[in-house]
Amino acid sequence: MHPNTPSELSRRAFLGRTSHGLGAVALASLLSPSVASAAPARGVLQKLPLPQNAKRVIWLSMAGGPSHLETFDPKPKLAEMHGKPMPESLTKGQQLAQLRGQKLTCFGPQHAFAKFGKNQIEICGLLPHIGSVIDDICLIRSMTTDAINHDPAHMFMNTGSQIAGRPSMGAWITYGLGSEAADLPGFVVLTSLGKGGQNQPIAARQWSSGFLPSKHQGVQLRSKGDPVLYLTNPPGITPKLQGGDVAAINTLNRQRDAVLADPEIATRIAQYEMAFQMQASVPDLMDVSAEGAKTLELYGCQPGDGSFAANCLLARRLAERGTRFIQLYHKDWDHHSGVKEGIALKAQEIDRACMALITDLKQRGMLDETLIVWAGEFGRTPMSQGNGRDHHNKAMSVWMCGAGIQGGIVHGATDDLGYAAVDEIVTVHDLHATMLHQLGIQHDAFSFKFQGLDAKLTGVEGAKVIKGILA
Amino acid sequence: MSAEIRCASRHNTTFMTPLSAFLLLSIGSLAHAVETAIPARIEFNRDVRPILSDNCFSCHGNDPSHRKAKLRLDVREDALKREAFVPGEPGKSTLIERINTQDGEDLMPPPDSHKKLTIRDKEILKRWIAQGAEYQRHWSYEKPVKAAIPAGQNGVDALVRQRLAQVGLKPSPEADRRTLIRRLYSDLLGLPPKPEEVAAFVKDASPDAYEQLVERVLKSLHYGERMAIGWLDVVRFADTIGYHSDNPRNVWPYRDWVIKSFNDNKRFDRFTIEQVAGDLMPDASQETRTGSAFNRLLLTTREGGAQPKDYEQRMLTDRVRAVGAAWLGQTTGCAQCHDHKFDPFTQRDFYALGAFFADIQEPIIGPPEDGMVIGSPEDLARLAKLDAALGQSKNKFEAIRPQLEAAQMQWEADLKRYRVTLPELREEAKTGDAELQKTKKAAAALAKEPKARSKPEQDAVRDYFLTHGTDLFKPERDAVTKAQRERDALYTPLPKCLVTTSGSRRIVRILPRGDWRNESGEIMKAALPHYLPQPKVEGRDLTRLDLAQWLVSKDNPLTARTVMNRLWKQFFGTGLSKVLDDLGAQGEPPPNAALLDWLACEFMDSGWDLKHMVRVIATSATYRQVSTPTKEQLAADPYNRELARQSPFRMEAELLRDHALATAGLLVPKIGGPSVKPYQPDGYWDNLNFPTRTYDADKSKGQYRRGLYTWWQRSFLHPSLLAFDAPSREECTAERNRSNIPQQALVLLNDPTYVEAARAFAARILGECKGDATQRIQWAWQQALQRAPDADEMKTIQPLLNERLAAYRADAKAAEALLKVGLAPVPATLDKAELAAWTHIARVLLNLHETITRS
Repeated sequence: MHPNTPSELSRRAFLGRTSHGLGAVALASLLSPSVASAAPARGVLQKLPLPQNAKRVIWLSMAGGPSHLETFDPKPKLAEMHGKPMPESLTKGQQLAQLRGQKLTCFGPQHAFAKFGKNQIEICGLLPHIGSVIDDICLIRSMTTDAINHDPAHMFMNTGSQIAGRPSMGAWITYGLGSEAADLPGFVVLTSLGKGGQNQPIAARQWSSGFLPSKHQGVQLRSKGDPVLYLTNPPGITPKLQGGDVAAINTLNRQRDAVLADPEIATRIAQYEMAFQMQASVPDLMDVSAEGAKTLELYGCQPGDGSFAANCLLARRLAERGTRFIQLYHKDWDHHSGVKEGIALKAQEIDRACMALITDLKQRGMLDETLIVWAGEFGRTPMSQGNGRDHHNKAMSVWMCGAGIQGGIVHGATDDLGYAAVDEIVTVHDLHATMLHQLGIQHDAFSFKFQGLDAKLTGVEGAKVIKGILA
Repeated sequence: MSAEIRCASRHNTTFMTPLSAFLLLSIGSLAHAVETAIPARIEFNRDVRPILSDNCFSCHGNDPSHRKAKLRLDVREDALKREAFVPGEPGKSTLIERINTQDGEDLMPPPDSHKKLTIRDKEILKRWIAQGAEYQRHWSYEKPVKAAIPAGQNGVDALVRQRLAQVGLKPSPEADRRTLIRRLYSDLLGLPPKPEEVAAFVKDASPDAYEQLVERVLKSLHYGERMAIGWLDVVRFADTIGYHSDNPRNVWPYRDWVIKSFNDNKRFDRFTIEQVAGDLMPDASQETRTGSAFNRLLLTTREGGAQPKDYEQRMLTDRVRAVGAAWLGQTTGCAQCHDHKFDPFTQRDFYALGAFFADIQEPIIGPPEDGMVIGSPEDLARLAKLDAALGQSKNKFEAIRPQLEAAQMQWEADLKRYRVTLPELREEAKTGDAELQKTKKAAAALAKEPKARSKPEQDAVRDYFLTHGTDLFKPERDAVTKAQRERDALYTPLPKCLVTTSGSRRIVRILPRGDWRNESGEIMKAALPHYLPQPKVEGRDLTRLDLAQWLVSKDNPLTARTVMNRLWKQFFGTGLSKVLDDLGAQGEPPPNAALLDWLACEFMDSGWDLKHMVRVIATSATYRQVSTPTKEQLAADPYNRELARQSPFRMEAELLRDHALATAGLLVPKIGGPSVKPYQPDGYWDNLNFPTRTYDADKSKGQYRRGLYTWWQRSFLHPSLLAFDAPSREECTAERNRSNIPQQALVLLNDPTYVEAARAFAARILGECKGDATQRIQWAWQQALQRAPDADEMKTIQPLLNERLAAYRADAKAAEALLKVGLAPVPATLDKAELAAWTHIARVLLNLHETITRS
């Protein structure tokens, strides 16, 4: 925070009004936020069993299910087979969503691919910016998931379970590691709409804390209205008045504590202080006017335009401030029809922004400690659904970047038609295990007792860290 | 992660800042000191089973598919057969050797399991074997035993004191009357007492003043509302379907049924049977069928591409988990894929329990029906008549339909032949927008061949033809329209509720590894968990009614304990067994098992009389103790498991709203009705789709209803409820978290509901108290806290008031802006600056820890 910004002034005014009535601990916390109440919250994992490569995660959720066949998984054979029946040997007895009971016809890739980077990795030609940083990216072409409909698939990707009520990965991670953010939430969610039509719903359970303590739930940062719900003072209440009220509340609570000796009171006091600090720190976070024109140009966004690119810039600002888990939803990847036009639109919306995020973090020396994951909730069929593709869970492409992940490599492969992952198959639990591993957490020892079980993000069936992609 | 940390984080989720983390550390170490005393006589259920269950049963327990070395330790005979130990001879017991070895290969539990026995655990196992390695059946599967209580004593007090004597603690004195009435109102009504009620109670000199108060409270209709909150969590009551598009559905009459059941003190056995099988009861009625909405409260989907078999399986498993959670206190979810590892619940048990629900008629994918119409017998009779009339007129219409279709074809052919476009299109100016749209649609559809038209397109052409193209059979057609209109006029406003209808059964198979695509599993008949007492039914298949009756049979050892354990939490903040949703091996054997057993037995013996149990608990001296701990108590029993005092706790999300509205004088105390929509931040539902939705906050009385009536949108629960740990009710929730987070401060400070409550409260202070500022502060304190402010408090609040007055006198616009928050009118007689200033005082009061805490 710069001195003499309004928030600083209001904080001083607040202090001037209240310091005489406050106890020593609270006063210390107000004078120096990093000392007491607002010190970064520590997680339950006191000593990490593994070296910590990633201090934080930025998870780019491409909601709707991007087609791997038009983005990261080139399939010339599928182009050859375009219009021909899909070989039954592949599809027999397998799950289908909307194509159930219909004739299955091969549908060739709708966009040309191009080669990028030192290893000449082939990705869609509409993603040249991502191509320009492909040497920092590990592309996983053999990703799979269990679910084939949006809602369960989102739940599975976020919580490792298709049953509602489980904690999301961001909640798990802040529970384990705490947060380094002094006056911001440790788990933040941002959403952006695509310009297309298929904005599939998403649900707050995707960033829920489930059975973990509620403080680990993801806090949504919004581009319209209050950036955090109920953050703004009521009309007619200035920051100074708000500060005075908070101080009075805390003073009265402290006086009562002397009578009641309830440890919850001390916590309540600290939380009011934290809330008041958030009222200054969140607007400070959201205000990108101090970012140079160069940075805005790099991302290709205007301040506050609510775009995916603007959210990528906010993600970097959150990362700088110590937020542990930053999740960006970009919607409208559900291309049952018009996959060609749809992907072209999406590529435009995310290509430069992804590159900018990677480049920006790298310039600031933060990419080494920030894990970026780009993933949808499932992939799409090589079979046509009109001029689009149906949901598909046997193959999808995701990528990871930064924090000890090898760049410029491709991990795993699908069959010739892009129907199923066949080489180095990666499950959702494997992806989670790998993320936890980079954070210094041993996934199969990281649990919380729930309904008698040592519940884990990586499930009960066993998961493996994708060792082959680690630097 | 150590067991201590896990335990602390699950049950003390409110310790979160470093400040309190420090407290936690110090308390935690004390707790540890308490735990380390190993009892001289080892008891299997209390001491040994938790160790074996947590560390060994995963590989040496009930689930054969995961069993290692063919050894099971949960059954004594099997353990002896495999020579796991020699009773009386720890030195010769393999078990003891294996848990103590330095050899990583041999060590149990194996290092890669990340499980580790503490020194204390090892010592307990050693002593247990030395003492003969006796087993006990798991405590909660044994019938509860009712301890004898000396005549004239309250059972709760007798058993709590017995236990206190054992652990060397003394009960605390009774709380003062103000605290007692506030506690009772919060626990039983969820509302604050009025200062007059407190004063009257404080003055009441009759020897049974407290007992009389309890009786008055039990008669209040707000009792049912308060009791409903916990039950609605446990049955996952919500207004929307849950998955994907999360659309509304009609279930609120069930919520009112729950409230009324508690108010009428419907016996808990009846309450249960109506929910599980209200449609199958011999005396089934509108009321019992409304209760059967329970079976429809699960998550459903309308997502395109969802597969019926998949969702059939999801719905079955959802229902099994619900019965396990609400009545049995058993975690059943894992048995969807394999036998339970810790409890005797098998995969067969799981699907057999699911098979009880296979007769329920419902769309597996897609929108649910409107539901049963709820109305007076007269309404229903009239509706039946109107339905019949509608049916008749429709039948008549069907008879003439072929002629109309022929006429339409002729009309279409004529249009084509004479190249006539639809007449209204040529006279656009004369038609309204809606009419023009219809015409355009019809015209576009007409351009297609009849066979190529979609259903909506066919309808568009037909509607156009019938409206503008022909007079043929007009009286008959008008009769249908009229009959429909009359019927809808009665039908539409009547409440509806999804209820259970029994019909042809779906086939239920055991799904190997829970995979719904695998149809190789055995077909299952309905059956009850094999390890629990079975009903005597022969010669026919079991039905849902059998299940319902079995749940509340006196032979069932689980239901009464589960319900009493949850009830206990409502009155003391923690269950007698602190894990409310699991009375199995991985739960906690209650430290005072005799007390839970006594409550369970008394509950059943009373004829499942819940008000009786509430009365027993609420009138006990144990309940009436002060909640402020002494240093000794904190040291010896930091989490108050022994009940030598009461416990303070922050009230539930809904009750915070109720308290604020009541104090503000805004509360509309109406019982029941459709769910309501309090103010909610704009755009909070932006991520909903199919269809997209705007949130229309209630504009009048609906705005001031109690929290439990809030519209429960599962995927985006109202954010101020969510901030205070209300569950989304996607899954059954026996236990709410009780967190203490910054968002709660933001809600109480800035949510328009609370800002409006503050200004309405301020208007009350100025309007109802005619004294000076000091007197008004005292009056306000009485309203919010039912006590007078002390000198320190006065010293804090008076300067605040003066500053606020000065600020708003200097800035009239700011006062104006503040007073505009919310819909409640601002009394014209009051000075705006003064009202704005007092709004701050009111706001401070509504935010106090004491205000939101039940102590």
